[in-house]
Amino acid sequence: MAQPVELPDTIYVGPVIDESHSIASVSDKVGNIVLKRKITLGWTFGLFIALGLLQGVAAGSVWLFMKGVGVWGINIPNGWGFAIINFVWWIGIGHAGTLISAVLLLLNQSWRNAINRFAEAMTLFAVMCAGMFPVLHTGRPWLAYWMLPFPNTMSLWPQFRSPLLWDVFAVSTYLTISAVFWFVGLLPDLATLRDTSTKRYQQVIYGMLSMGWRGSARHWQRYEKASLLLAGLATPLVVSVHTVVSFDFAVSIIPGWHTTIFPPYFVAGAIYSGFAMVLTLMIPVRKFYGLDDIITMRHLNNMAKVTLATGLVVAYGYIMEAFFGYFSADKYERYMIWNRMFGAYAPFYWALIFCNIITPQFLWSKKIRTSPGILWIISIIVNIGMWLERFVIVITSLHRDFLPSSWGIYAPTVWDWAVYVGTIGLFMTLIFLFVRVLPMITIFELRMILPSAEVHEKKGVVTR
Amino acid sequence: MSSHAKETAPSLYGLMAEFATPTELVVAARRTREAGFRKFDAFSPYPMHELDEAMDLHDNRVAKFTFIGGLCGCVGGFSLASWCAAVAYPLNIGGRPLISVPMFIPVTFECTILLAGLTAAISMLVMNGLPSPYHPVFNVDPFAGASRSKFFLCIESADPKFDRHATENFLAGLNPSEIAEVAP
Repeated sequence: MAQPVELPDTIYVGPVIDESHSIASVSDKVGNIVLKRKITLGWTFGLFIALGLLQGVAAGSVWLFMKGVGVWGINIPNGWGFAIINFVWWIGIGHAGTLISAVLLLLNQSWRNAINRFAEAMTLFAVMCAGMFPVLHTGRPWLAYWMLPFPNTMSLWPQFRSPLLWDVFAVSTYLTISAVFWFVGLLPDLATLRDTSTKRYQQVIYGMLSMGWRGSARHWQRYEKASLLLAGLATPLVVSVHTVVSFDFAVSIIPGWHTTIFPPYFVAGAIYSGFAMVLTLMIPVRKFYGLDDIITMRHLNNMAKVTLATGLVVAYGYIMEAFFGYFSADKYERYMIWNRMFGAYAPFYWALIFCNIITPQFLWSKKIRTSPGILWIISIIVNIGMWLERFVIVITSLHRDFLPSSWGIYAPTVWDWAVYVGTIGLFMTLIFLFVRVLPMITIFELRMILPSAEVHEKKGVVTR
Repeated sequence: MSSHAKETAPSLYGLMAEFATPTELVVAARRTREAGFRKFDAFSPYPMHELDEAMDLHDNRVAKFTFIGGLCGCVGGFSLASWCAAVAYPLNIGGRPLISVPMFIPVTFECTILLAGLTAAISMLVMNGLPSPYHPVFNVDPFAGASRSKFFLCIESADPKFDRHATENFLAGLNPSEIAEVAP
């Protein structure tokens, strides 16, 4: 689409989609990745590695079920270890997908059209990974359904005043609505695959999945309405989910957790880590599948800017945490901040400051924002930084609370690492499968941003 | 469909015209509506708001159903929390109220979003008559392009103004690239 406003060269980094594309060519380009492209050695190798990592979650869970949560590094006082750290990390990663698909839709940002499908898939897979941790952490995961309110012979009902129960509702709603939003968005593209495929089994499978979508104007009108409503519902939902996650901490009275800044600070951190993960995934995908005419420099530039902006919000959060610790005049809060900066886990804290505050400052430079390689490395560092942030929040507060007699050190065991690495394998496996069986870019929304898709008509007369 | 209906069913579902550009489709749709046809539909590979306006489409029922769904979720979520905490499993914690409204808000909110979102998606599908694996328009071979890059307009034989030849002449006047009969 043409630039509506002339931008100077220092800002403008190119069009949102390559101008040589037509309505038919974008359909074929994205569809053929699924329908025509042969399975390459690189993809097989990648999937192999992902499946290899996935074994970590299998082995780790089996050992955990046999022996109990004692195989993890958790102890008293560190009752929350890797499970909660990873849960918050994964959930946060998921949030960028909803932000891109819902918030940017409401804000009418056409650049989201090329990346929303992929980001939403990332959301779903990240929430799946996240959801495993609380269930494993219960110690008796076969009783996880006790978290749900249902009539039972024990006459027990869950505690609706507990943030942990709010988590159950928030995360399951989030997974459901994300899946519904994703599937609704897929319908027209599945119809495209059904109609362009030449293989019988593909026609049958995509035919069933597309539910007989035929692109009727009467359908599109309701479809657009439903999409807009889902976006409007997903927007407060995404904010509420990470707010509830932060309540797990903020509602307790542990020093460093009991603060009002947690909800906004967690939401900003979630978007920050999520955008970093979108960059981590999109930069290689764009290269390997030759999609740089659809996922253009404009996209990388915009995502880098959002990363920088949310990174600054997160930096503000860190500064305020330290200030609250000092200004509370509470000796436990003050000690917690001091201990966080100079105690046993100080290296983690300073590594986190380096990853999350110092590194993103490079994104002020347009040159770096438009260099995929450097951007990719920065995005990885931010991902690590956000994981460290959750580690620091969980562990530094727990390992030294009010009574020195109850202090203790936390160190993860090999089983903690196995499950964590295993979920990364699960995430990668799902991504590898996704790019081969479903269109990774929303084709019908790409068509909408093409100049040839514009209508030049007024009262039944062609105006151009 | 019963065998009786099959016997009396018309041998023609309608007439379909193919257009090369979105503008031509919108012009055709507007003229078709202005000519008095009501049982017709336009098909495009992406949503076009100009088409909604040209065909006078303003079905807002999805929004209404979504509101009702959200309201049910809201009342249901709060009632569930209150009933569990006050009736099914009351816990007296320092004499605090059993129905602790602020603590029930997160669950109430999530239930609202859950039911509203599901209603939005399901009501859209139901009102669109989906899933419908078979539809007469699929009988026209070039129609496969409707999901890729082509634009179509179909006037149904069920329209009272429909006449096999007059309607074909009308469609021919709209500058289509192709006109085809749609088998039922």
